[in-house]
Amino acid sequence: MTTKIAYDDVEVGAELPARSFPVNRAALVRYAGASGDFNPIHWNEKFAKEVGLPDVIAHGMFTMAEAIRVVTDWTGDPGALVDYGVRFTRPVVVPNDDRGAVIEVTGKVAAKLDDNTVRVDLTVTSGGQKVLGMSRAVVRLA
Amino acid sequence: MALDQSFVGRSYPPTDPYEVGREKIREFAEAVGDDNPVYTDPEAAKALGYADVIAPPTFVFSITFKAAGQVVQDPQLGLDYSRVVHGDQKFAYVRPVRAGDRLTVTSTIEAVKSMAGNDILDIRGEVHDETGEHVVTAWTKLVARAAEPAQTDGEA
Repeated sequence: MTTKIAYDDVEVGAELPARSFPVNRAALVRYAGASGDFNPIHWNEKFAKEVGLPDVIAHGMFTMAEAIRVVTDWTGDPGALVDYGVRFTRPVVVPNDDRGAVIEVTGKVAAKLDDNTVRVDLTVTSGGQKVLGMSRAVVRLA
Repeated sequence: MALDQSFVGRSYPPTDPYEVGREKIREFAEAVGDDNPVYTDPEAAKALGYADVIAPPTFVFSITFKAAGQVVQDPQLGLDYSRVVHGDQKFAYVRPVRAGDRLTVTSTIEAVKSMAGNDILDIRGEVHDETGEHVVTAWTKLVARAAEPAQTDGEA
């Protein structure tokens, strides 16, 4: 494990570089194949609407995978992650147009913990609405 | 229908090993658009101290969720899977998953609750490698939404 961020250099309240992750229908089809989650709510508009959704929605696990990139890009070493948890509070709706949707992620160091670890709280939104709650990661720094 | 509380604490047999392949990791990393070379380049992985490429943090969910199928499809439990949504997800890592791992998952029902007609199921998946080393634990909360109220305005 070799992170490029030193524990001693980090202060509570420090903000991680924010990121925007675009997601369109093609990305969801690709993620379905890679993850093995072929639930039609993630690619079939007719099916999604029949079960009461406004449109096709992104896999929650896709959003979870994007959100943690703010942390893994910050440290450089994804293997430094100790804990990662989220609550799926609202779906990311992905319209079938040129733009799709955008997942916006910010992160802030919320606490310095033992063993050179810090807790990062993530804020994850799409279309101005929070899509993940209780989104927290613990990461071990150098 | 409320789920049977006696299922709390029940564990299911370990799954057959899932062999983690370099190309499967690459496929997953590309699908989430993450170009960190530690996922695709063994030399980059070695530079960070890993024997082979490692997997993105959420990769292991595909394996633990498949294992959780033993639970959600257990006819004795009686979960209505057509109404299930993913509530929470959490991982605690001992080390990253890496190419060459042969992973088994042991699933345990941690909690069964009913709230406002919703059935809530907490499943813990313990992931071990072929040497018995603990790699990661995944907690998955599934919520089976309450069924629509039965029609009461019919001729019956």
